[in-house]
Amino acid sequence: MADSLRWLPLLLELAWLLPLGSFVLIVFFGPLMGKGGRGAGWLATAAIMCSFVLSIAAATVWLSEHPLVHSSARDGSEHDCGASADEHCPAVAHKRAVPAAIFVERYVLAQFDQLRLSVAYWIDALTVAMFCMVTLVASCIHVYSTGYMHEELHEVTDQQVRTADGTALRRPGRYCRFFQYLSLFCFSMLGLVLAGNLAMVFAFWELVGICSYLLIGFYFERRSASLAANKAFIVNRVGDFGMLVGLMAAWSGFGTLALGDTTDAQGRLVQRGIFSQVRPAEADYRLTVPDGMVRMAAAEEISAMVANAHARRPAGEQGQFVEQHKATVDQWQSAEQQSAAAARWQSSEQPKAAAAQRWSVERRQPAAEAQVADRLPWWRSQGYGYWLLVIAGLGLFCGCVGKSAQFPLMVWLPDAMEGPTPVSALIHAATMVAAGVYLVARLYPMFAPEVLLVIACIGCLTLFIAATIAITATDIKRVLAYSTVSQLGYMMFALGVGGWLAGLFHLFTHAFFKALLFLCSGSVIHACGTNDMTQMGGLRRKMPWTAYTMLVGCLAICGAGVPLVVGLSGYYSKDAILAQALSFRAANPAWGGIVVVAFLGAGITAFYMFRMWLMTFAGQPRDKHIYQHAHESPLVMVGPLVVLAILAVVSGWPVPGTALSLESLLEQARPAGAAAGLDQGVLVAGLVIPDEHLSHENPVFHTSAALTAFAVSLLGVLLAAVFYGLPWLDPQVIRRAFAPIYSLLVNKWWLDEIYHYMLVAPTLRLSQLAAWLDRRAIDWLADGLARATALVAQLDDRFDRLVVDRAIDHAADWTYAFGLRLRRVQTGNIRQYLMVLAAGTVALFLLVSWFWR
Amino acid sequence: MNPFTEPIGVTHYLCVGAVLMVCGMLCMFTKRNALGVLMGIELVLNAANVNLVAFGSSWLRADAARSIALDGQLLAMFVIVLAAAEAAVALAIVLCYYNTQATVDVDKASKLKG
Repeated sequence: MADSLRWLPLLLELAWLLPLGSFVLIVFFGPLMGKGGRGAGWLATAAIMCSFVLSIAAATVWLSEHPLVHSSARDGSEHDCGASADEHCPAVAHKRAVPAAIFVERYVLAQFDQLRLSVAYWIDALTVAMFCMVTLVASCIHVYSTGYMHEELHEVTDQQVRTADGTALRRPGRYCRFFQYLSLFCFSMLGLVLAGNLAMVFAFWELVGICSYLLIGFYFERRSASLAANKAFIVNRVGDFGMLVGLMAAWSGFGTLALGDTTDAQGRLVQRGIFSQVRPAEADYRLTVPDGMVRMAAAEEISAMVANAHARRPAGEQGQFVEQHKATVDQWQSAEQQSAAAARWQSSEQPKAAAAQRWSVERRQPAAEAQVADRLPWWRSQGYGYWLLVIAGLGLFCGCVGKSAQFPLMVWLPDAMEGPTPVSALIHAATMVAAGVYLVARLYPMFAPEVLLVIACIGCLTLFIAATIAITATDIKRVLAYSTVSQLGYMMFALGVGGWLAGLFHLFTHAFFKALLFLCSGSVIHACGTNDMTQMGGLRRKMPWTAYTMLVGCLAICGAGVPLVVGLSGYYSKDAILAQALSFRAANPAWGGIVVVAFLGAGITAFYMFRMWLMTFAGQPRDKHIYQHAHESPLVMVGPLVVLAILAVVSGWPVPGTALSLESLLEQARPAGAAAGLDQGVLVAGLVIPDEHLSHENPVFHTSAALTAFAVSLLGVLLAAVFYGLPWLDPQVIRRAFAPIYSLLVNKWWLDEIYHYMLVAPTLRLSQLAAWLDRRAIDWLADGLARATALVAQLDDRFDRLVVDRAIDHAADWTYAFGLRLRRVQTGNIRQYLMVLAAGTVALFLLVSWFWR
Repeated sequence: MNPFTEPIGVTHYLCVGAVLMVCGMLCMFTKRNALGVLMGIELVLNAANVNLVAFGSSWLRADAARSIALDGQLLAMFVIVLAAAEAAVALAIVLCYYNTQATVDVDKASKLKG
């Protein structure tokens, strides 16, 4: 590691912890910071801006150590560079030197044998780029929020909530709380990006979830908001269940949750990380089922080998073994799996791992272990353990489905619009939903081709369904929400068809223009006081800055540009996705259908985005009252819009005169061997995930993708113009003509209803049944027991009174009466006492002398 | 066995002790004056002392040759000391009693009867 790179973990760590500091300060001192907590906003903004500066510093450090080479960036001139084709040819491409990621273990929280729970960082170009993007977008959103949330500075009257006496709810403002959550959100997201350990990933994954819950439910007095927050949280739990399954599969298979190799203070290897296990350099970075998984799958064979090895021992040892064998064979196997990671490379030139010596499986079962080690490659070639790798991948993807609102679990994201608009922007652009895509990209090396196919199909389904729903939505924020779902579908689709770079590139460009679009919509809502587009129209005359920055956002999301020459950021990223999709189709004709859907989605995207823009800003005002009150937002809100609009335009371009572009930076983080066309499907025959470089080198894919996408998008824009811009056609007519389809779309494919009838209603019925059982059976039993107890207690009480109490009373009475009588003996006459004493002594003497003669 | 013809032995001492004892007892039982009762107590104690000295005498004991036989005398000394102490305490009580009740009649002292 070069010297300056040593600063990288520290820089990113600071950038990560600053929002946490701001969160803690606001929690304790927020209300004291100026009137209504105004200072809290500035503190949070300052913290995230400092984070941004630190991230930029980190990026500078990274770039100074790893200067960029001209990658496959499509800046027009790339297409005719036949001379440079050989250095890009796929066989060489995947071996191209990728700068090594930095894996730092900062602090070990706990260690349970092989499982180390540590605060570890995995830092590569992707981490650095994500830090810059997240902090930049979050900074814009923070600045914007200081303007947008100013109502929360004083007491708020919420017209949407009625108290019991029918008046609007009045409550204290929650300005501090808003920024406190924003800071926590940024901290969680940055932690997730920085995490170098799946356990840490999971912790921050959940933190991101809880922050989104808190922010979606920010107006928790509104029933819709609290329901939406619950929905987001519960739907994510479903995904996280799958993720936990994936984590468990990964841990049992890899024996570690660390992404990178763990080394001790002397730099010796202690434990191989997930990435180097699943794509070992020795195997030329091909997908390799880790030994742990092979051993799990071959558990029966291994125990047979162990039994055989002992059967051949001398008879003296055998008896001892048999009893030992029964008890320990299971234990031994699990020990095997856990130590698999460490024991794996002992035969090779790797240094002996200390952990393996501790487990000393070999010493106990040397003969069998040697046999097993010999058999491992054969088992692996037979596909042992492959399904386990697939399950681990699918499970982890399941968590991403929840977070990134993919097809079965997409229902929470549109409802999440109940939160304040800056939160929507943050969730949709930089944090929550980006987390899912980021994690898929981060764990890309461990996804088998089958998993990638599932990812592609889910992404394809999502992008299509969400895009169609967006056509009919009239709530301006819901249109954007569905467009987010659809674009996330694009990202997943891109990752699934092997477009690692394309998916991430789209994640970045989308972050900029979606944050822009949301903040613009927030500005519109701020001005109009309503989300409903049917009450807007003609607003561009009132708020030109918002209107034209939003137009930039719309153009960017449609991928506008002059085909093959230049375009907005969305043009490049969408183009990369579609080119890769075509490349995938060429490699897998059987799965070509999903590619068509992706192109269709591009057209629909253009249609609904321009429908939204035209309905909001063009034409005649539909509601005079709202139009008259509309006004341009203050500078503090317009400023971030302009910054984001500029980014939405330029973020796909390289910095003039250098090789520095988002794409070439991300290219540095491409996981070795992933998406390099090396792996073939085992469970799905003939499945090939094509090398991403192929789609760049082959001009056919690229040109046809660019031209088709342009044509389709243009068609979408024109269609939107026909309906809403220059109303040649009345949407009502079409609506009536295609009534069934319209009702399908306006009801969001009845997904909520289906879930209600399939999941929610059965759950409710089950709980009703349980409640009935509780009342009828368990309560009856408990009541009966109570009654029986009362009866026994009554009997007991009677016995107590009649027998015990009376006996004791009698004894007391008798003692008292006896005492009264005995009292008279004490006469007070001392001579009498003496006489009795003497008489007694004499009587005693007589008695003794009489009886003991 | 006629005591009057026997040589002086333990029996004779015991007889003297018994007479003294009975005198003391009678004195205690019949005297209403507290000082008289105390005198009776002294007689009883001295009757016991006579017995002790008689039993402890080296002339009267069968094992005289093997012992210096001072145990009886020692006990008698102890009883005398005890009697002195007891007399001091008793006289103090009587004095107090006289101070408060202006009498030393023990029959009058019946305030603590049950």
